[in-house]
Amino acid sequence: MTEPFTPVCPIPINEYPAVQMAHGGGGRLMRSLIEKMFLAAFRNPLLEARHDGAVFPSPGGRLATTTDAFVVRPLFFPGGNIGTLAVDGTVNDLAMCGARPVYLTAAFILEEGLPMETLWRVAVAMGEAARDAGVSIVTGDTKVVERGRGDGIYIATAGVGVVEHTGAIGPGAVRAGDAVILSGDIGRHGMAVLGARESLGFESAIESDCAALWPAVEALLRGGVEVHCLRDLTRGGLASAVAEIAADGRVAIRLAEAAIPAREDVRAACELLGLDPLYVANEGRFAAFVPAVCAPRAVELLRAVPVSAGAVAIGTVGAAPAGRVVLASAIGSERVLDLLSGEQLPRIC
Amino acid sequence: MKYLDEYRDAETARRYARLIARVVTRPWTIMEVCGGQTHSILRHGLDRLLPGGVTLVHGPGCPVCVTPVGLVDRAVELAGRPGVIFCSFGDMLRVPGTHGDLFSARAAGGDVRVVYAPLDAVTVAEANPGREVVFFAVGFETTAPANAVAVARAAEMGLRNFSLLVAQVLVPPAIEAILASPGNRVQGFLAPGHVCAVTGTAPYEALSARWTVPIVVTGFEPLDILQGAAMCLRQLEQGRAQVENPYARAVRREGNPHALALVSSVFEVVPRAWRGIGEIPGSGLGLRAEYRPFDAVAKFGLAGEAAIEDSACIAGRVLQGVAKPTECPAFGGRCTPDRPLGAPMVSAEGACAAYWHYRRAGAGAAA
Repeated sequence: MTEPFTPVCPIPINEYPAVQMAHGGGGRLMRSLIEKMFLAAFRNPLLEARHDGAVFPSPGGRLATTTDAFVVRPLFFPGGNIGTLAVDGTVNDLAMCGARPVYLTAAFILEEGLPMETLWRVAVAMGEAARDAGVSIVTGDTKVVERGRGDGIYIATAGVGVVEHTGAIGPGAVRAGDAVILSGDIGRHGMAVLGARESLGFESAIESDCAALWPAVEALLRGGVEVHCLRDLTRGGLASAVAEIAADGRVAIRLAEAAIPAREDVRAACELLGLDPLYVANEGRFAAFVPAVCAPRAVELLRAVPVSAGAVAIGTVGAAPAGRVVLASAIGSERVLDLLSGEQLPRIC
Repeated sequence: MKYLDEYRDAETARRYARLIARVVTRPWTIMEVCGGQTHSILRHGLDRLLPGGVTLVHGPGCPVCVTPVGLVDRAVELAGRPGVIFCSFGDMLRVPGTHGDLFSARAAGGDVRVVYAPLDAVTVAEANPGREVVFFAVGFETTAPANAVAVARAAEMGLRNFSLLVAQVLVPPAIEAILASPGNRVQGFLAPGHVCAVTGTAPYEALSARWTVPIVVTGFEPLDILQGAAMCLRQLEQGRAQVENPYARAVRREGNPHALALVSSVFEVVPRAWRGIGEIPGSGLGLRAEYRPFDAVAKFGLAGEAAIEDSACIAGRVLQGVAKPTECPAFGGRCTPDRPLGAPMVSAEGACAAYWHYRRAGAGAAA
């Protein structure tokens, strides 16, 4: 059904090397952009119907939906780009609901003057990420803003997924006696993006962990693990995600610092900048809350899936003090993990 | 991580704690000067490993915290001017001035940029010849060499659109001010390791002799701090008052002569006001006459520094080690990292922020 993608931008460079206002104007140019760029990269029957929206049969049962917007700078970073991020970020929000991602929509806000080649690379990456995640990008939109009024590309998405469990997965289902499972090492996405920013002159081999998480969630659900809550560890990192769940689920969570894996280069880059890896963003990691008795089985199931091969149990859930996360430090003391005030700022000296 | 994990070993930490417990026979109060040390102490719970009679008080070594409100106001004013690109370390952006912080200046349309090194601001100036680029030169002796390089480089390049808003401060005069204050209760100091890596230990030898006070050059990892505390307490118990340097992997007696030469070629010692403390003679650096064209205060004709600080904030007493953050009536109520009254609640190195993050009521009971 799909043809191999050509790495060459389908809109000839001598024709339109860069996005122009007219590419969002609704006329011939926009049609050409959609056909040559997005249809070519996303190819699927629903999109190829070329209608204002996509019509599809309901698979029956419960559906999950989510929406997300992507504004990353730089657009390309080691291990991914804004396109892979848009697909993986959206399907992961569905996966965290215990839903198999099925359909995505994508709206592009392009800045006048964006090289067509750049857009093509992003579109191709999105197409590939969507195929890898087993979803179709079924409808979309394109707008162009004047040069200087955008950051190259913004992408807004929506996603639809089919809920493949009968339980209630969410912070409200977390119970005292649950175990906290982390799906792998932390901090790679945030440090990859930071390292890619030109103002930060260190060379880094850290690649983003950007990946679709449904296969890991599916393994848990298919394996019969009673999943109470799932949360992907995006902005704010592991600490913020767990702090939110403790607050929303009115439980006390205790994490063991020594059990939380982070790669040596990630830890070193964080040390250098005065950042705490617990608060650094991930795009391919999640925390699962399951009854303690299920924890060994959950870890085993997750480790059999490539995206969560580094899964470990990192903590436990208790009843009091409700709403609080305590980290047992490697040196044998304890400290509170809380939401950050604003973003993490690199320290001065 | 090599060279870090070795200094965070739990078993060695407990051994140090036992050693300290054996050495100490009566109550002592020692101050860790640097905010980085304060955070390490609270983050790792090191104070709780010490015997009950030993009190650690937190010093003024947080560059963000001691930058006076008047200078923050000047920064905010400059950042709001059309044609100005205001560059700063990220940490300064949330420090409240009289009428808001640099984040709010940016939201109001100012071009405020976070840089990771002063030379990055020079690059910004080079790339924007039609605009004025100002760098907020805050920090202790640690940041002075890089700021000196930036100015020297800008002068070499003949850049006329680059200047510094200088808030550079020096540690030894601040220690001296603490020792001289009538309310002082500090009996020994853990000197800031990174600062000493630049300056060497000579300035502290003079201080130690003049005030008969033990000073131990101390690093930032848990074992560094426990070792520093152990050595300082041993001196106190033995009635000695010397400078000792267990942080020899970073600090040499002569410091970094190249960095020192750079600093003194660009800067000269000037009196400077410290937030919450007031003016301390000879406690800051200002640009030398030949680099005046790079002084933002002169260049933009900025007004004086006088500014009113919130009277509920006891930052000055916290910075001098007279009060603990939790003794402040505003702590955790009117003053939180989301709505800070004083700078120590803002900075990654501020004592109030450290207590908020690691020691709020009910948080982190003894391990």
